[in-house]
Amino acid sequence: MFKGFRRLRRNFEHGVHPAHHKEQTEDLPIQRVPFVKDYVMPLGQHIGVPARPVVEAGERVRRGQLIATPGGFVSTALHSPVTGTIREIGDFRGVDGRFAPAIAIEADAFATQQVDMEAAPDWQSMSLNEFIEAVQMAGIVGMGGAAFPSHVKLSVPDGVRIRQLLINGAECEPFLTNDHRLMVERPGALLDGAEIMRRKLDAEEVIIGIEANKPDAIEIIGQHVRPDQPVRVVPLKVKYPQGAEKMMIKSVFGKEVPAGQLPRDVGVNVNNVGTIVAIADYFLRGMPLIERIVTVAGPGVTYPANLVVPLGTPVREVVRFCGGLRPGSREIIMGGPMMGRPIASLDVPVLKGCSGVLVFTEEQTSGRTEYPCIRCGRCLEACPYFLNPSRLARLSKARMFDEMKAHHVFDCVECGCCTFACPSNIPIVQLIRTAKDDLVHRKESEA
Amino acid sequence: MKKEDPDLLLFHAPLLRQDMTTPKAMRDVLYALLPATGASLWFFGLSAILVIGACIAGAVLAEWLFAGREARGRSLLDASGTLTGLLLGLTLPPGLPMWMAFLGGFVGISLGKVIWGGLGHNLFNPALLGRAFLLATFPIAMTTWVPAVATGGFFDVYPGNLALPFMQVQVDGVTAATPLGMLKFDQEVTPLANLAFGKVSGSLGETSGLLLLLGGVYLWLKRDLDWRIPVSILLTVMIFSAVLGLFDAARFPTPLFSVFSGGLLLGAIYMATDPVTSPVTPRGAWIFGIGVGVIVMLIRVFGGLPEGVMYAILLMNAATPLIDRYTQPRVFGRGVESE
Repeated sequence: MFKGFRRLRRNFEHGVHPAHHKEQTEDLPIQRVPFVKDYVMPLGQHIGVPARPVVEAGERVRRGQLIATPGGFVSTALHSPVTGTIREIGDFRGVDGRFAPAIAIEADAFATQQVDMEAAPDWQSMSLNEFIEAVQMAGIVGMGGAAFPSHVKLSVPDGVRIRQLLINGAECEPFLTNDHRLMVERPGALLDGAEIMRRKLDAEEVIIGIEANKPDAIEIIGQHVRPDQPVRVVPLKVKYPQGAEKMMIKSVFGKEVPAGQLPRDVGVNVNNVGTIVAIADYFLRGMPLIERIVTVAGPGVTYPANLVVPLGTPVREVVRFCGGLRPGSREIIMGGPMMGRPIASLDVPVLKGCSGVLVFTEEQTSGRTEYPCIRCGRCLEACPYFLNPSRLARLSKARMFDEMKAHHVFDCVECGCCTFACPSNIPIVQLIRTAKDDLVHRKESEA
Repeated sequence: MKKEDPDLLLFHAPLLRQDMTTPKAMRDVLYALLPATGASLWFFGLSAILVIGACIAGAVLAEWLFAGREARGRSLLDASGTLTGLLLGLTLPPGLPMWMAFLGGFVGISLGKVIWGGLGHNLFNPALLGRAFLLATFPIAMTTWVPAVATGGFFDVYPGNLALPFMQVQVDGVTAATPLGMLKFDQEVTPLANLAFGKVSGSLGETSGLLLLLGGVYLWLKRDLDWRIPVSILLTVMIFSAVLGLFDAARFPTPLFSVFSGGLLLGAIYMATDPVTSPVTPRGAWIFGIGVGVIVMLIRVFGGLPEGVMYAILLMNAATPLIDRYTQPRVFGRGVESE
């Protein structure tokens, strides 16, 4: 009985409640950023092996033309975001501050920038394997932020059956509204993409999970569902990290994905709404992944907006389109404020996994005094994985990384709830990342 | 080239924080204690200020004296030293010489906190450690209680307060027994209304049960305290007394008397909940609270002392690391079978 009761609550346990800050952009329709002159497409903008270029400097490319093929199985293709000329293939400064190989493209100012679409592939006659390969060649990755190649998620081992297709419209990160606007403005494309995925995976039903603070999205999608489609829209409690896939599975189905296993092991495939729309765009319109929706917001942006940005556009141009930075801007985050990454330069390009460009000012970044841990336990009550973050932080400070493995440090998904909740301003998740990095690199160098 | 980009910072996410900080949490406890402190002024007059002030002075001095050069002053800002002094002061008899109170605060911070490594590292509650030190060193002065309402006006001071250090302590002319003492040694029951509103003798802060509860509700609303600890302590004590009452209702205290008498409310709401010295895990908090409640009743009913809150909390403090170790919650996704 209790189990049934829990399921009614549509919730996972623990987590935190940051202020949404979504009011800046949640009602702004998606706009298109004009084409600019220079584009940089890093070869490794997804998780896994970098892509391999198939063009050369000086070559002319069309918008949407393949410019790099997958470098391995966990890798994906790249397409030119503009019609223009390949300026250079070399090392460019990436989001993490390191130089990494990338293709620089100069746009042709006189081109129409029409996507010269090949006929959309006939997905209905494809076998599952052909479909998976097509997804890989379309360059589609998880659009929620992790940029994990989508075709890898679709390739399930023999004997595993995907029963439910879960579409993630939670958008639990504060400030971000790109998924919200996408659901409101393109519900048809979302449902088409869901139908393609469901038919190809032979799944029983599609569930679209949306946090309850987006009633308009819940309503509009509900109106667009055809009676013959097995699609359910499930409102979820507003709580961070509702959009973490294992938490969402817990909220929707009431079951836990065992540690070290994947959603497919409980028969679920989870995809972000942006990914599903990208699937629809490719299989119905023939358009590969060459642009994405980005929320530009935060106290340091003059005119916040939801934008369609061609991949490879420098953040500088995106910010300029939004009226530039306000005085006092101190930090730019790519992604959300809870899990996003700070960028050191405005020349960094927008990548496939970049859901937001958030500009923060003094107030959010002023040095916070760190106090000793008083063992208040707020981090324990915040951690959705039921870890003991205070102990992990203590061990990390003492550089006792190996001991941290016994406390399940690798179960941590770095959602940042503990750090959000800590009254002593201890950089808990940063300490955990340090330890994980050290352990992973040590393992690699030993191997 | 004109430089137009701001110098960007690279603070790692999460950039957002909830707005509670450790010093704020400490100050909240100070605010929560204000009504009870005010009541002690009402009941005991200037003496309350003298004793509590001496405790805070001793605690803050130790905090300042033993801090490193750079940390000096900074460790005072988090208000934890002041809080320890205030808590200690509220557990002391109103007629205690000021120099003893001062010494108690000093020892509480230095032996109770600093030598463990400062805030967050101590095993025992510093205020209670200071009180235990005083009780062991000055047993007579620590168990000499004066009547609740001072005979004279506000500015009348109990003569004991002004005793010079290390001089023979003069026992006050007028003494009174605490409700627990009266019950234990004279089998005399104090009316509940007197307990709730504070018309009893006892330590400075333990006389008014309702005001202590009021502060506890404030802390609970501000999410500054783990509600499981006071709730489990008070429930355990009430159930324990109720069960004893079944055997002999006349001899043993009633549940409500047990809760409102002595330092139980002060201890359960403000001392046992000290986050540093209580378990961090939810299940651990229940075990801790039940442990404190049982020990309190064992000491009160079967032990030689009329009151046992201090020793109960200190004993359970010692068990805290062990409790934490065995009550870690189940990690998400562990211990579940895949389909």
